Amino acid sequence: MLEDKDRIFNNIYGLKDTSLAGAKKLGDWDGTKAILGRGREAIVEEIKNSGLRGRGGAGFPTGLKWSFMPKVSDGRPHYLVINADEGEPGTCKDREILRHEPHKMVEGALLASFAMGANTAYIYIRGEFYREAEALQRAIDEAYDAGLIGKNACGSGWDFDFYIHRGAGAYICGEEGALLESLEGKKGLPRMKPPFPANMGLYGCPTTVNNVESITVTPTILRRGADWFNGIGREKNTGTKLFCISGHVNNPCTVEEAMSIPLKELIEKHCGGVIGGWERLKAVIPGGSSTPMMPRSVCDTVLMDFDGLKEAGSGLGTAAVIVMDENTDLIRAITRLSAFYKHESCGQCTPCREGTGWMWRMMKRMAVGDADVDEIDLLEEVSRQIEGHTICALGDAAAWPIQGLIRHFRPEMEQRIADFKTIRDDQAA
Amino acid sequence: MPKLTINDMEVEVEDGLTVLQACEQAGVEIPRFCFHERLSIAGNCRMCLVEMERAPKPVASCAMPVGDGMVIRTNTPAVEKMRKGVMEFLLINHPLDCPICDQGGECDLQDQAMMYGADRSRYKEEKRAVKEKYLGPLIRTVMTRCIYCTRCIRFATEIAGVPELGATGRGENTEVGTYVGLALSSEMSGNMIDLCPVGALTSKPYAFHARPWELRKTESIDVLDAVGSNIRIDARGARVMRILPRLNEDVNEEWISDKTRFACDGLTRQRLDRPYVRRGGKLEPATWEQAFKAIAGRLKGLNGAKIAALAGDIADCEAIAALKDLMAGLGSANLDCRQDGAALEAGTRAGYLFNTTIAGIEDADACLLIGANPRIEAPIINTRLRKRYLAGGFKAAMIGPDTDMTFACERLGEGPETLDAVLSGANSFADVLKKAENPMLIVGQGALRRTDGARVLAAARALAEKSGMVKRDDGWNGFNVLHTAAARVGGLDLGFVPGDGGRGTLGIVEGAAAGDIEAVYLLAADEIDLGALASAFVIYQGHHGDAGAAVADVVLPGAAYTEKNATYVNTEGRVQRTRTAVHAPGEAREDWAIIRALSDYVGGGLSFVTIDDVRARMVEINDVFATLDSVTPAKWGAFGKKGKMNPQAFAPAIGNFYQTDPISRASETMARCTDVFASGPQSRTGTDG
Repeated sequence: MLEDKDRIFNNIYGLKDTSLAGAKKLGDWDGTKAILGRGREAIVEEIKNSGLRGRGGAGFPTGLKWSFMPKVSDGRPHYLVINADEGEPGTCKDREILRHEPHKMVEGALLASFAMGANTAYIYIRGEFYREAEALQRAIDEAYDAGLIGKNACGSGWDFDFYIHRGAGAYICGEEGALLESLEGKKGLPRMKPPFPANMGLYGCPTTVNNVESITVTPTILRRGADWFNGIGREKNTGTKLFCISGHVNNPCTVEEAMSIPLKELIEKHCGGVIGGWERLKAVIPGGSSTPMMPRSVCDTVLMDFDGLKEAGSGLGTAAVIVMDENTDLIRAITRLSAFYKHESCGQCTPCREGTGWMWRMMKRMAVGDADVDEIDLLEEVSRQIEGHTICALGDAAAWPIQGLIRHFRPEMEQRIADFKTIRDDQAA
Repeated sequence: MPKLTINDMEVEVEDGLTVLQACEQAGVEIPRFCFHERLSIAGNCRMCLVEMERAPKPVASCAMPVGDGMVIRTNTPAVEKMRKGVMEFLLINHPLDCPICDQGGECDLQDQAMMYGADRSRYKEEKRAVKEKYLGPLIRTVMTRCIYCTRCIRFATEIAGVPELGATGRGENTEVGTYVGLALSSEMSGNMIDLCPVGALTSKPYAFHARPWELRKTESIDVLDAVGSNIRIDARGARVMRILPRLNEDVNEEWISDKTRFACDGLTRQRLDRPYVRRGGKLEPATWEQAFKAIAGRLKGLNGAKIAALAGDIADCEAIAALKDLMAGLGSANLDCRQDGAALEAGTRAGYLFNTTIAGIEDADACLLIGANPRIEAPIINTRLRKRYLAGGFKAAMIGPDTDMTFACERLGEGPETLDAVLSGANSFADVLKKAENPMLIVGQGALRRTDGARVLAAARALAEKSGMVKRDDGWNGFNVLHTAAARVGGLDLGFVPGDGGRGTLGIVEGAAAGDIEAVYLLAADEIDLGALASAFVIYQGHHGDAGAAVADVVLPGAAYTEKNATYVNTEGRVQRTRTAVHAPGEAREDWAIIRALSDYVGGGLSFVTIDDVRARMVEINDVFATLDSVTPAKWGAFGKKGKMNPQAFAPAIGNFYQTDPISRASETMARCTDVFASGPQSRTGTDG
């Protein structure tokens, strides 16, 4: 279990003062100028060594991503774009940061921008996060007034401007390419890759898009050193992580924990356990709605990190743990997720546009059992026809929950179909 | 030159190509819907997915740039499965109404479904339906058939330069449309019909008229503007059903304007299908012999100086050459092919050509439009200018009426004063032209058909010389005249202009009014002051009962451009030929043959027997007619008249793009377009029926 001294987010619940003065008391903005003084290369190197992997879901090494930015500008400005379009069902970590730890993030934005040669950073905040945008704006204003950002930020000689952009409520705008399109004022449609944003991003300029949490942890990593961060968790899955646990637990919460903590420990320690006891656990979606669910047998031992969950056939995603006990109708639950993905598909590319609707309609019938057993195979096949064939990952995200359901709970689906037939036959007779 | 392996074949391709293009070069066909070489890459249909070694997921070959050492596979079972999967997705919400779809037989979705489609549907849910959208009088929509390839959106935004189409909604509720329900305000909109890979956008006038396999296809040339777009005429029986573009990179690429495409219904209306002779103030049907005898009777003993001939805007070169010789035989020097009175001289060819050539626009880096509005005078040329503009580093400006050219074009002023200012260097655009590597200017008919047209021409010539547009070692010639009439360059090339002591258009009209000219031969000339000819004996030869026929004393029915093998020279000086797609109606004949036949009655002395004889005569008059389909650079020389220009502003050369000639004036479709577009701002929307 993570010790308090290793906690990065020491005010994540907002129990202490969130203003600049309060943030400074908790260690933010401490020695920022000195960190900037180490130079671009050193900062990128430090982050690389820390083993920090992107907290937005895909888990791409953050330091490596930063190093893709051109070392010398070809005349085009560089941009840092922070992705705060936190829309993944089950996820509620970035909004806590924006509400209660905004200064940590502003500081991280400055450091990251400096490391990538960007004088400007944008943050794309989910439209629904109105209060969060207000809180962040307050922090930005305070930082400007204190000379921490703006011209000659922190007295380092580096100019840094930070702008908030509020989204309009489309899940797809959390996708890197769509976010950039939306930020440019266009319809949020994911972009083709290549070219990658580090080469052609916002307004055609080199851009890095990072998750709020990835950016927010960097100042602490730079202050305490890569080895400290590296020492938490296990190899390739280092550091601390905000977990958002929701569903059938006694005490749903967002909590900072060490990477690679066993799922069972996470739930028992921080959430007061599954309602009615661990034995009543049916399944867990470990990383936000996009990741396939795991049955209890897997949950008993699985470690909550990128590689551990991958081995278990799921993924860490945004570390939004959705716990479902045995009262849960899993088929209906996944049907609801299918409806979500059908609703949020941008409609740009064929498999996702057509496939999400098809899957949702089949799932609706599966939920009541009005289907043939063969159709479970068809559903699986349709999900495979979507997976990996789309421009962005929304297609995969729509396919995986269904695949997870079929993989682990096919007997339940067959039973539902059989029951429906029985009832129908009885009524007919 | 990157080397890559495609299905175990090593190929070396140009840098900057996409994997899809590389595959095509290697002879491996990749199915696609959204990819189009002239549009930006969307990568959204996902039909072109291929396997690439070391890539975690299949890649969209249309969007993946080639790289050295790539290993691509397109023939694996996995790729086959992907294509079938995408095809299945495309078809689940497609209405599959091929039997009642106009695209049937020339539908990409239909064709590719033959390869990758299943024989039955696994989709048991309800299908989606999408409401039709109003896109104007030319494009019919059945949006349920749409597969969201976005080609139409990209065409409108990129090529046509009217960003009026877009996709609204999200996911499976996406709809393509204009949102506001107004007609697309583009002169190029018909090309979307060709681009649409399915039957979502089809031709409204052609709807339910024919199936592609019933049509006889004839490759020909368009004559409704001076561009000479290469077209394919699709005919069934005696009727031209539709006109489609034909690829010619030097002229129209693969686009044609809406007039070129949709005016063909005018070919079946108002046609002159037999000769007429005016008896007792009324035109009465006659035989060819009666008509010729009526002409011979009137011309008998008439002094050549009292006879005149005018060649109209869509007359073909063969007829012009024959008429020129006929007039010479009758002893008349009163002839003109510039019925609008444009101050163009037949002497120096470079003085009336689009010397830069249409393809040459892409090498220019600055352009000044003088009284020219290419957007409606020659939409194809405007499209090329826009293409050049989009490539970057292109500065354009115009002197003339304020218009939206679809590309950034600074308006310097409205008339000759501004031209003078550019010439003297007082206007800052003079600097732009001087500093440009390949500057060009385009003089339009709006600047030339004025009483001081010759002086405007001289000023433009002086500007061209001063700005270094001509006489350079690399052969660049940036002086361009933009014509609006298909017959004009040919007429000038054939020297169909007043001979010694002869009268030009204005002189003929005035002479006819004063009684000095007693007989006027109108070769498809309708756009002159015909009222002035009232007292003269008017012979009208043409194919439509338009203004000219109405005042004629004898009407000789000719053939339209789809009905004859005829030569036209486009604004660049490119000699091209139309080909007979259908036969002229009734007793109408090819135009040169009519003149040849008349010659025997009036003692014109013509001796042609075949069309080859006429063509040999044309080469004799001007050897440019010996080379077909290419442009010979014209020698620079003197033209124009130096002098002070009138201060009044340049007027537009064309008022209504959709109705400029007898064919488009007779066309119902063009009338509908006029109703929607040319009669002021669009007042009708899709909702008021």
